[in-house]
Amino acid sequence: MPLRLLKYALSKDYPGTRFFKAHETPKKSYDVVIIGGGGHGLAAAYYLAKEHGITNVAVLEKGYIGGGNTGRNTTIVRSNYLTPEGVKFYDASVKIYEGLSEELDLNLFYSTRGHFTLAHTESAMRTMRWRAEVNKHVGVESYVVGPEEISKACPQLDMSCSGQAPILGALYHAPGSVARHDGVAWGYARGADRLGVEIFQNTEVLGIDVQGGKVAGVKTSKGYIATTKVLSAVAGFTPRICEMVGLDTPIVIHPLQACVTEPMKPWLDTILVSGSLHVYVSQSSRGELVMGSSLDPYEVHSTRSTLDFVEGLTSHMLDMFPFLSNIKVVRQWAGMADMTPDFAPIMGKTPIEGFYLDAGWGTWGFKATPISGKTMAETIARDHAPDLIHSFRLSRFEDYELTGEKGAASVGH
Amino acid sequence: MSARLARQKGEWVNRASTIKFSFEGKEFSGFEGDSITSALWASGEQVLGRSFKYHRPRGILSLANHDINVMVTDGMDTNIRGDVVPVAAGMALAAVNTDGGVKKDRSRLIDSISPLLPVGFYYKAFHTPKKMFPFWENIIRKAAGLGVVNFNYPRILKRKLHAHCDVLVIGGGATGLSAAYEAGKSGLRVVLVDENAQLGGSLGFDWGGSQESANLLQELLAKLESLPNVSLIAGAYAAGYYPDHLIPVVTREGITKVRAGSVIMASGAFEQPPVFRNNDIPGVMLGSAAQRLLHRYSVKPFSNGVVFTANDYGYRVAQDLLEAGIKLAAVVDLRSDAKDGPLAAQLARRGVKTIAGSCIYEVQANADKTGVKSVTVTEYDEKTNEALTRDKVTLECDGVAMCAGWAPAANLLYQAGTAMRYDYGVHQFVPNRLPAGIFAAGRVNGVYELAQKVQDGARAAAQALLHIGLDVPELPSVQPSTRAQSHAYPIVPHPKGKNFVDFDEDIQVKDFINAAKEGFDNIELMKRFTTVGMGPSQGKHSNMNAIRILARVRGVPVEQIGTTTSRPFFHPTPIGHLGGRGFHPHRLTPLHDVNHKLGAVFTDVGAWKRAAYYKVAGLGVADTVLAEVEAVRTKAGIIDSSSFGKIEVHGPDAALFLERFFTGNYIPQAVGSSRYTMLLDESGVVVDDGLAHCLAEDLFYLSSGTSNAAAVYREMQRWQQIWQLDIGLVNVTGAYAAINVAGPLARQVLSGLVNISLDDSALPAQSIRETEIAGVPVRLIRVAFVSDSTYELHIPTPQAAFVWERVMGAGQALGLKPFGTDAQRLLRLEMGHAMPGIDTDGLTNPYEISAEHAISLDKPDFIGKRSLQIIAKRPVKKTLVAFELDAGYAGEMPFECNLVIRQGEIEGRVTSIAYSRTIGRVIGFAYVAPEHSALGSRFQIRADSGALVNATVVSSQFLAMQK
Repeated sequence: MPLRLLKYALSKDYPGTRFFKAHETPKKSYDVVIIGGGGHGLAAAYYLAKEHGITNVAVLEKGYIGGGNTGRNTTIVRSNYLTPEGVKFYDASVKIYEGLSEELDLNLFYSTRGHFTLAHTESAMRTMRWRAEVNKHVGVESYVVGPEEISKACPQLDMSCSGQAPILGALYHAPGSVARHDGVAWGYARGADRLGVEIFQNTEVLGIDVQGGKVAGVKTSKGYIATTKVLSAVAGFTPRICEMVGLDTPIVIHPLQACVTEPMKPWLDTILVSGSLHVYVSQSSRGELVMGSSLDPYEVHSTRSTLDFVEGLTSHMLDMFPFLSNIKVVRQWAGMADMTPDFAPIMGKTPIEGFYLDAGWGTWGFKATPISGKTMAETIARDHAPDLIHSFRLSRFEDYELTGEKGAASVGH
Repeated sequence: MSARLARQKGEWVNRASTIKFSFEGKEFSGFEGDSITSALWASGEQVLGRSFKYHRPRGILSLANHDINVMVTDGMDTNIRGDVVPVAAGMALAAVNTDGGVKKDRSRLIDSISPLLPVGFYYKAFHTPKKMFPFWENIIRKAAGLGVVNFNYPRILKRKLHAHCDVLVIGGGATGLSAAYEAGKSGLRVVLVDENAQLGGSLGFDWGGSQESANLLQELLAKLESLPNVSLIAGAYAAGYYPDHLIPVVTREGITKVRAGSVIMASGAFEQPPVFRNNDIPGVMLGSAAQRLLHRYSVKPFSNGVVFTANDYGYRVAQDLLEAGIKLAAVVDLRSDAKDGPLAAQLARRGVKTIAGSCIYEVQANADKTGVKSVTVTEYDEKTNEALTRDKVTLECDGVAMCAGWAPAANLLYQAGTAMRYDYGVHQFVPNRLPAGIFAAGRVNGVYELAQKVQDGARAAAQALLHIGLDVPELPSVQPSTRAQSHAYPIVPHPKGKNFVDFDEDIQVKDFINAAKEGFDNIELMKRFTTVGMGPSQGKHSNMNAIRILARVRGVPVEQIGTTTSRPFFHPTPIGHLGGRGFHPHRLTPLHDVNHKLGAVFTDVGAWKRAAYYKVAGLGVADTVLAEVEAVRTKAGIIDSSSFGKIEVHGPDAALFLERFFTGNYIPQAVGSSRYTMLLDESGVVVDDGLAHCLAEDLFYLSSGTSNAAAVYREMQRWQQIWQLDIGLVNVTGAYAAINVAGPLARQVLSGLVNISLDDSALPAQSIRETEIAGVPVRLIRVAFVSDSTYELHIPTPQAAFVWERVMGAGQALGLKPFGTDAQRLLRLEMGHAMPGIDTDGLTNPYEISAEHAISLDKPDFIGKRSLQIIAKRPVKKTLVAFELDAGYAGEMPFECNLVIRQGEIEGRVTSIAYSRTIGRVIGFAYVAPEHSALGSRFQIRADSGALVNATVVSSQFLAMQK
């Protein structure tokens, strides 16, 4: 056993200390207020403190930290996107993730398992090749593989998918990984807290005070906070926060659902995605199959579960793995995905001075947590977005310069 | 050693039918009606499983599927719940997740190093140095999981049914049966479901030393028998609540999706274990589990036990144990005021002493840790919740029945959005504000006494009937029990721990305290950090104690802690049940059988099965396709295009609708003519193209490709909702079949079949005529998609095969050959037609594919116009060009979506590429930078291997170029 666990066995008093302090009442003002205590908001706070020396920061969380999409996603990290801008951005995130457990001194179980996006049609094969070629060009390890290689990596997979959707090939992405989603939020929270950032849970933002086109403060359930810089990192609540400053975004909210089985001895070593069958699946380190599917096809601001989601998903799981008939689904849940027209995020400055936006994370936010935190911290600190996120600026919608990532969404949304 | 009692009334086992099975290699026998667990317990087996984390020996906890102590495999199936799955003849069972068998599990050593595994230990170590993580991860992954998946397990197609009822009652105990009877008297359709093999709930096992429960059960069942409109379904659990009272009911056979007019939750309560050291040793079980063993299966839970209670219910359990001839060493009651009560006096008369104000401080296991040797009892200070260890009493015993209280089985109530409150009388959460149409009664509502439960069920039934519109008198509400049924804090601290809260996950009291110390002092964070309630029983036996501990740690009332979110499923539900038969809907063209007979090999195009090519004996696929192409180029070909989208726009505003929907001009459009249509989205992106055929001034017939047809029709409906024009939209895709006859001899093939002239002057390109073939009305369209000379026949679906045969007959002598979609793609490429979806992507605007000719910016408006006006002022960033590879190129063949590379940077990509025998070259379309789009420009394609292949921009008139 690792020696660092010895102290828990040997100490009389439990040696653990709070990951983050239990602040109750905010100060009258902060240099930066971050709305949203999910992975993104906490990461931004951490990098603001660590890389820019800005520690007079408050993170406001309506519920509990990591309780939104950070704690609801299926934890897949990958960078096999379609546009060079997207691939570079997510690749930078993967690079940070690889060293993040050590940096935060918290084991995030960042586990590189390889990621197969299965293609069941010729047109899917075309998109796989497109992504592979762009990935390779940018230096990301992705390539098109044939059925034999897929079978070798996952011998349990029915390559004909019960005769319904024979697998023609796949996009293989070697760096594809999974991680403990909660840990990412907690690690960043602890890191930020230790550097002086104050995290407020159960603290709701009620309004944003804008004067003369500039942010002046935030009205919260715990009183008014004066500040000139506000970051909104609230995923499904983005339209509500943006409304507070009179900002229009093209974001629409669709629920995204997932479910998990009982634990079983690990057998699925890779991460599998099938666009045609609308399935993505990996096996957690607890032994559960963690499964997700397409977005709900309608806009609604809700995290309720639906039966047809789990019926459709499990039916397709059986096409891929017919032997799972009697394996049981323990739980299903949902998050709210803030979808953009081009399936790329919205990051950076806005027309309101001091109001920064980190949104449009749809179904792809978890994998970008470190790099979004880092780049948004830089944007806030310098009031200037780094080149890496230029393609994700809000003004691209007015400029007709979209960053088309629809083809790289894991399943047909 | 058999623990089976003499036959008794109401028992579930059929003693006439003996069942032989094995467990861990040893032969056993039980009776029909036994669960796996009861059969083993009857045979004296107590170690039935090993725990998830520490691999501690486990026996019975709830015997109700509220825990997973007994999880077995039969070699075929895994993670079988021994407590509730009937034992079957020939079963060869073994516990899951052991290393070397349940008795000698080598992983039991983990229990002794548990101090090294503090709460969340996996977050705290193994990640540094980084390179060691895969090593540790491998070990941890191997230790994870429960059963081993059998990769040869067959796919089971479970049926799904839909059912509707006026009142759905969930739970078949006293409350539920009473509710079903009261609701059923109305004559409406009432369905009652209960997860147990037999109805009755606690009436069937909680006797308390009297016949009252059993008699009431008989009485209720007899009354219900007279109501044919009431269906009572045992062995069926309500798996979740979904909006509008949709409740999937799961049985062994499958899922029935019940849509109810109103729902009565009479789901009862889960008994909660008190928490003390070694409360998981086999032989220590919940009081209700002991009663289930006694009365359902006629099995002794132990022979000399201790009842550890904190409520009056424990005395009922004690009475039942005594009635069964079991010795009781003592009743230990946490409550100090229990000593002088009538219940204690009753027991005293039977020679059992009550030790009040005391707790079981710890359980001592026997030598091989397979059962209970004795318990240590100390005083318990209810104010400080401390065990006062100065005076310890040791009681020899072989089992403990635990009765500390309950937690409402409110899972579905929470899912439906019920607001709960904590009731300090009964000491549990009870519904405070119920959603419309949902009613709660009985224990889940905090009502415990038998008579009150019956009343509460009737009260809920009356409310349910009122809700669905019946005029029935409202019944008085029944208040929660005033006597505490649950102890406010049945938690006994112990310096050595192993006082378990969550048996699925091996979580002890200190884990919660330590998690809170680390800042996880919010119930949701605590759940995630400790994993309490995350195991397969989803907190049924652990969430309430977790909440109580956290409230104590934080020094706040329980209701301020709140509960974690309840989600489906109530019990883990098999994938095969949920997936059901797994439908894969697809569409067949009316000519599918005809194609099949001709040797078609089908491909999926959207939802459609289309002929990709027609097999020719002795010819490879590529050559077959080239031969089909050759037939079209030199003679004539025929293709089934029935999957094309076909939409009719009727009405005075038909042309206006097209004018707004598409980019081109349709006011006016001559009757009998066809025009190109291009559809954009609001941001100016090319979505689809097709043709608009004018059949009359107020009737347009639109045809478009296969893939987008459904989406385009939806989009038309959406816009019509907004525009409210005087039109009607009819999707006639399925009403008409379509056949294309193409090639230099096409006109000759058809001319004998129709009575109109097919001359270029009479039927020029882009025109439509309504005519007949052998009496069948046909819309005949002159198109030019795969060849200059193409005739498209749109035929009413029922006559499609007839017309196809006629055309085939007419073409036989002329060399007419069927061709499929593979040939079609190459033919259209040779014709220089770019296709939306293949040669465009989700961001392509018309200027990038040189489609200015299709756009009328001078129209008042059309979808995407505003965007196009902005885009038009910006420089074009990429241009779709036609290209060819060098003559005689024989190197690596590039694929579609290989990139165009210039000076090491991405310039564009190939969208279409194929070898054309007609032209004698590899031709295609690709995106390049506008400055490199002039005819004759050279560019390079990077093939899969990285090799760069030279290409030249050419005119898209590939065929003309060849001439």
